[in-house]
Amino acid sequence: MKITQLSVFLENTAGRLREVTGILRDAGINIRALSLAETTDFGILRIIVNDPQKAMQALRQAHFTVRETPILAVEVPDRPGGLHSLLEALAKENMNIEYVYAFVEKRTDNALIVIRVEQPDRAIEVLQKGGFNVLGNKDIGSL
Amino acid sequence: MYWNEKEECVPIEQMRRRQLKNLQKTVARLYKRVPFYRRRMDEKGIKPADIRTLDDFRTFPFTDKDDMREGYPFGLFATPLEEVVRIHSSSGTTGKPVVAGYTKADIALWAETIARTLRCGDVTARDIVQVAYGYGLFTGGLGLHYGAELIGTTVVPMSGGNNKRQIMIMQDFGTTVLCCTPSYALALAETAVEMGVDTRALRLRVGFFGAEPWPEEMRAAIEQRLNLKAIDIYGLTEVIGPGVASECLEQYGMHIFEDHFYPEIVNPDTGEVLPDGERGELVFTCLTKEAFPLLRYRTRDITRLIPGACPCGRTFRRMEKVSDRTDDMLIIRGTNVFPSQIETVLFGIEEAEPHFQIIVKREGPLDELEVLFEVDEAHFSDEVKVLQAIEHKVAREIESAIGLRAAVRLVEPKTIERSMGKRKRVTDLRKEPKP
Repeated sequence: MKITQLSVFLENTAGRLREVTGILRDAGINIRALSLAETTDFGILRIIVNDPQKAMQALRQAHFTVRETPILAVEVPDRPGGLHSLLEALAKENMNIEYVYAFVEKRTDNALIVIRVEQPDRAIEVLQKGGFNVLGNKDIGSL
Repeated sequence: MYWNEKEECVPIEQMRRRQLKNLQKTVARLYKRVPFYRRRMDEKGIKPADIRTLDDFRTFPFTDKDDMREGYPFGLFATPLEEVVRIHSSSGTTGKPVVAGYTKADIALWAETIARTLRCGDVTARDIVQVAYGYGLFTGGLGLHYGAELIGTTVVPMSGGNNKRQIMIMQDFGTTVLCCTPSYALALAETAVEMGVDTRALRLRVGFFGAEPWPEEMRAAIEQRLNLKAIDIYGLTEVIGPGVASECLEQYGMHIFEDHFYPEIVNPDTGEVLPDGERGELVFTCLTKEAFPLLRYRTRDITRLIPGACPCGRTFRRMEKVSDRTDDMLIIRGTNVFPSQIETVLFGIEEAEPHFQIIVKREGPLDELEVLFEVDEAHFSDEVKVLQAIEHKVAREIESAIGLRAAVRLVEPKTIERSMGKRKRVTDLRKEPKP
């Protein structure tokens, strides 16, 4: 199961990120997780939100370049070694990770690891076989 | 299809004889009526009677933009103002604008050369012609308008701007012919996409685009996005406006209406006349105009005359697409660069077009070349390395074309200015005053 991440192109100028958060606030969108990759002149904002379709529409209307990216969200126990066990499972199968970020769930003792891999379908298979809980979009909406 | 077959397909020898006769007449008239030309010719010790052949004309003095400014506004007119029925003027971004006057006969001549232009694209009375060149002092709008009316087409005088309305009119009126600058054509294509209008469902058939240099790659983009045949047309206010030269459906070179506008190609440094086929600066002499006929006017446009006959049957010589203007040449770190060289690279890279901007600035002692282009959703990626790879590819190709390393930068959509008329190709911050 994959979940939808929105990737947004941002120029590296003062206040651009704030404009995005303003648009999402006005559209009543809640951000679940966020990471920002940056170079000297541009950045890519990656966000997981409760309503990706609505968020995408609002951002496009404001002329932002937005793309949906299918990524994996995997639960790991929120304790030392939690992320490591996940990475090990993927490494054993020689799977490359493009990027990763994480957040802690409020209502459980788990952390949620967001990973982007080259072959998401194979990664899901590997992780599920390894006993990991791979979340879907529905799970994200109710977090 | 021709507008005036007798003139457009006239045997070359006959045309040369007529060119000589009209040249002699015009030079004699200017010598008598315009003190500026008399002074210039006296300075060189040349009399109108010295022109016995077209080759004799090669010793005549040139005129250029500075002379226009010296004569501002009406100093170079060869008729009294009461015979002038219309004034047009170029924008004049630096100093005084160029002012052109037209008598009734000049307006009729202009309509004739525009009618020939439109017929080069097979336009007939059944066509609906949307003129989206600016109306007003600029020659584009009214120039195309009169020629389109002369043919008997249905003219929709939109002028430039109000893009959504332009698209709506195309849909509702069934526009078949579009006339505007090539950069505005691309802007309209973009508006159509935003409005969710499929341009294949429009009735557009042919477009007449000019008033700025545009590379072949831009033609492909316009033809594909607007689903029409894009014809390059050439003209300038000083000579008459649009209607100086036009491509035919062969789309290989623009036929110069040389029974009225006599072309020469000269070496821009020495002024020496170059043979047909060689590249140099285009120079025009008006053979038949009344109010504002220029002698040997240096256009600053770089092109060549294409040798040989055109399959379309017109005997007028063809000029190649204008690639550059002598005053557009940039000197960056000692290297001569024409904007078109960079544009050609960018138009050839799918990820980089169609919206980009070239900036030249000075960082400390060094000139910096910066190229900005807009990221679009089709090529956007969530991965930094993919976007950086696009930047590197553009930088690499620019470097291999011009030998200079450019700082290439992706910017957000809609941040590069869209033009309604002539596109600003290069921003040279070295020339602008420090804030």
